[in-house]
Amino acid sequence: MNTHVLEVLGLRRSAGVHPPSNKLGAQAAIERAPLPQTVILPLQQHIGAPAKVLVKSGDEVKVGQVIAEAGGFVSAPIHATISGTVKQLPTVASSVTGKGVPGVVIESDGKDEWIDLSPADPDELSPSEIISRIKEAGIVGMGGATFPSHVKLSPPPEKPIKTVIVNGAECEPYITADDRLMIEQSERILSGLSIVMKALSVKRAFVAIEDNKPQAIARMQQAVSQMKFPGEVSVSVVPRRYPMGAEKTLIKTILGAEVPEGGLPMDVGALVHNVATLAAIHDAVVLGKPLVERVVSVTGLVKTPKNFLVRFGTPAAALIDLCGGSDERADELIFGGPMMGIAQPSFDAAIIKGTNCVLVKKSDIREEYDCIRCGRCIEACPMGLMPLQFVNLVKHEDYEHLSDFHINNCVECGSCTYGCPANIPLVSYIKVGKVELRKLGVK
Amino acid sequence: MDNKQLVLSPSPHLRGSNSIKRDMYIVILALLFPTAGAVYFFGLYVLLMLAVSIISAVLVEYVAKMMRRRPFHMDGSAIVTAILFVLVMPPRSPLWIVGVGSLISIAVTKEMFGGLGHNIFNPALAARAFVTVSFAGALSRWISPVHSLLADGVATATPLSESFSYTLSKPEMYKALFLGNVGGSAGETSALLILIGGLILIAFRLIKWQVPVFYIGTVALLSWILGRDPLFQILAGGLFLGAFFMATDYVTTPLTTKGKIIFAVGAGALVVLIRFYGTMPEGVCYSILLMNAFTPLIDRHVRPKVFGAVKKAKKEAA
Repeated sequence: MNTHVLEVLGLRRSAGVHPPSNKLGAQAAIERAPLPQTVILPLQQHIGAPAKVLVKSGDEVKVGQVIAEAGGFVSAPIHATISGTVKQLPTVASSVTGKGVPGVVIESDGKDEWIDLSPADPDELSPSEIISRIKEAGIVGMGGATFPSHVKLSPPPEKPIKTVIVNGAECEPYITADDRLMIEQSERILSGLSIVMKALSVKRAFVAIEDNKPQAIARMQQAVSQMKFPGEVSVSVVPRRYPMGAEKTLIKTILGAEVPEGGLPMDVGALVHNVATLAAIHDAVVLGKPLVERVVSVTGLVKTPKNFLVRFGTPAAALIDLCGGSDERADELIFGGPMMGIAQPSFDAAIIKGTNCVLVKKSDIREEYDCIRCGRCIEACPMGLMPLQFVNLVKHEDYEHLSDFHINNCVECGSCTYGCPANIPLVSYIKVGKVELRKLGVK
Repeated sequence: MDNKQLVLSPSPHLRGSNSIKRDMYIVILALLFPTAGAVYFFGLYVLLMLAVSIISAVLVEYVAKMMRRRPFHMDGSAIVTAILFVLVMPPRSPLWIVGVGSLISIAVTKEMFGGLGHNIFNPALAARAFVTVSFAGALSRWISPVHSLLADGVATATPLSESFSYTLSKPEMYKALFLGNVGGSAGETSALLILIGGLILIAFRLIKWQVPVFYIGTVALLSWILGRDPLFQILAGGLFLGAFFMATDYVTTPLTTKGKIIFAVGAGALVVLIRFYGTMPEGVCYSILLMNAFTPLIDRHVRPKVFGAVKKAKKEAA
């Protein structure tokens, strides 16, 4: 059927949900957080293999020194984020999985002494030199997914990248870190973009920003027009709709192409990088600076929501204190946004590479009822799935049929759960289903 | 920073404002329009039927939940069923039959299948079908609108029955049908009031406009093709009530918009079949019940397009 007819009949629509934005810290300029006395650095801050520790208790380290090397191709090294002494190598809770992972505790000597950095002119570097500088700097996807960036930048020759999409959508409620970065440091982001375009010989790039960030849009447009790129770059304003910033949704919105099920963006010739990741790529390639800090929004039930430039390993509690403390109703601490973020067991949880937001909130746990088949989860699902079917199948322990409903296509964005009138935690059922399906060995 | 116990809940940590209760109370709000019409046209007796229906439905649900050892929630769903049941009954139905209706709709149609969300058939319509067949004699009396709260009413033929005849001009008859000034089930006669309620449901995004449009559209189109008066066919009988409030029930109709359209077209065709070729004057109730039975089949085969779906042939080749 003709697509126009389908649209009129309501059979073709844009999925997703519209949770209130609550961008409380949108006008708060980025402040540098004071250096912490002690940092706790988990050795897994990324997707893939954990990093392998290179230091021992009592070692003196400088800022930027490698303390753990990449544990495989899909892995990233980890650097000291303050100068001082390695105190202990405890097992710490990963802020990603909650599981115990090896960690390094460094006590500050207060000097903030850096390793010698080796700046370079990106125009004189070969693509492989660029990628290796990115790899050595320990850069991972800073939008929250923490996928090692050098892997994304090494596509197989049969899948060339034709378009780079700069992800400035920041579709999760509350988070303002990327918004502020775009407003205050647009040149740094675009320099990173230019480097990526050069490394992969890409001639086309889009900067995607949701329409609720007019300042960032204006600032990025201005910077794009003033800078030189190895190809054509334009700012693309996308509608505010969660999960606009999900890689596949963003590619579909901008390029009209759907990444095939089970595939990667490179299958449609696209590469998506978050704005903070590109800024980090600029630092790594131009300044030779490893990834030791990032912008973090501290928001929600705190006195004054703010955006900080924070060294990794800083405990959340220190940042919350800088915001004037939290409201006494608060009983939940989320790293990331409220839709996909991860609840932390304690206010001492340490900021890591993927932590774009520290959200203090009141928990909202509701009684679960039986599904009334309203179909809202189907309408909300950006991946075209029928989330309620996963709940039925998991409840009946009928795991093998989960793949008939394409469970592995679920990106766990939470849109289904957000709108469910029966308060069913659909994402939780889906996570259980994915694990059980994997146990069965079904693809 | 105090080290108080933090809640560790799975994502998403943010929930919207939807709830079953909210949905049900919006439906009740929408139902107030045809319900007010029922009282206006057929008198206070309808209120008595409503009281008996609602009280007995809630009571039956409570007892059924206790017997099944399940928690009882006052989520409003029993009230919706109870109101709908009265609206599809003759306006002078004996009160004991209304009570029996609650037993059938809540206990048999809903709770025996597992409660709200698990029933296959529309509870109000299943109960209506049951009492109509079981107590045909007691339910055969139809009255014309009384426009008075207490009058008993004069027996009349409903527009779709064979003995129906009218003395008015055609435009005036359409007007009477649209406003509801004709004989019929308590809440089915006024297309206008049902439309207002239906638009409320659409405005709150509780129902899809596609369902009533395709349901009513199918009846109009087939009537026209078969040489009947399409306007009369859509305004007479319970089509509007069925199209806005019954064929849109979440639990007993398909999940996807495409599936809902198939359901609506199928129900529309069945209405025409029953009305023109069956032995009964009206077919809305049975058309929806029959399509309810097809809902699992429709849901099995009509699914949304999966994002990035790989073509079958390609998959097999790989």
